[in-house]
Amino acid sequence: MMDLLLRFVIGGAVVSAFAVLGDTVKPESLGGVFAAAPTVALATLVLTVRKDGAGYAAMEARSMVGGAVAFFAYACAVSFVLMRWRPKALATAGALLPVWFATAGAIWALWLRR
Amino acid sequence: MLLQIELNSLRETRAMEYVRRFAFGGAVTVLASLIAQKWGPVVGGMFLAFPGIFPPGLSLVESHKIEREKAEGKEGMQSARGEAAVEAAGASAGTLGLVAFAVVVWKGLPGHSLPVTLAEALGAWAVVSWCAWWVRERM
Repeated sequence: MMDLLLRFVIGGAVVSAFAVLGDTVKPESLGGVFAAAPTVALATLVLTVRKDGAGYAAMEARSMVGGAVAFFAYACAVSFVLMRWRPKALATAGALLPVWFATAGAIWALWLRR
Repeated sequence: MLLQIELNSLRETRAMEYVRRFAFGGAVTVLASLIAQKWGPVVGGMFLAFPGIFPPGLSLVESHKIEREKAEGKEGMQSARGEAAVEAAGASAGTLGLVAFAVVVWKGLPGHSLPVTLAEALGAWAVVSWCAWWVRERM
């Protein structure tokens, strides 16, 4: 429980720090880069290495490659839909989350689970 | 196009929005940890790159732009959504940096110390993200 609480606090702090950086950097498209910063990984890797070892963390990082490729597909889809049809941002980003799950699932099936 | 830092833009974010960001960030981090505990590092690792805080962040960009446009007496909905699209395009460049970060940690961690590996991985994220953004801006 203490471990999860620590992860919550560190995760919240790291995400907030990168969000503030993203807010202040202009042009907006460069600020957007910070929306895909490795915040969760930074927040958890130190604790993971201490608890489960470097080999375990390296295995997580290998899978993170798949998750990041899925994030790329998802962000491209969100950008395209918003640019083309201009729907509400939150609804679009929420409705397109299955793109991340589908891409990540395919990468897991084709590469990561082997 | 020059890189600029505008500290004034921090005033657009309300205290409650900072609290929400903190809570979302903490919750997504805990979720990723719980998934790794339940299903192991192969599945859990993918969630280190889960875009959990991306939708609320994009919504914030949209609402701030609407407020700015309203202050100038404009309607602003369409341009606000356009700005959110630009933000998402920037994020897509950042995800290539995220791939680089993960590759450096994956290949570097077993043989090198964590601080050195994390510093190298962050450097790789910054360089690859910036290069991807630069190329995208010129397409």
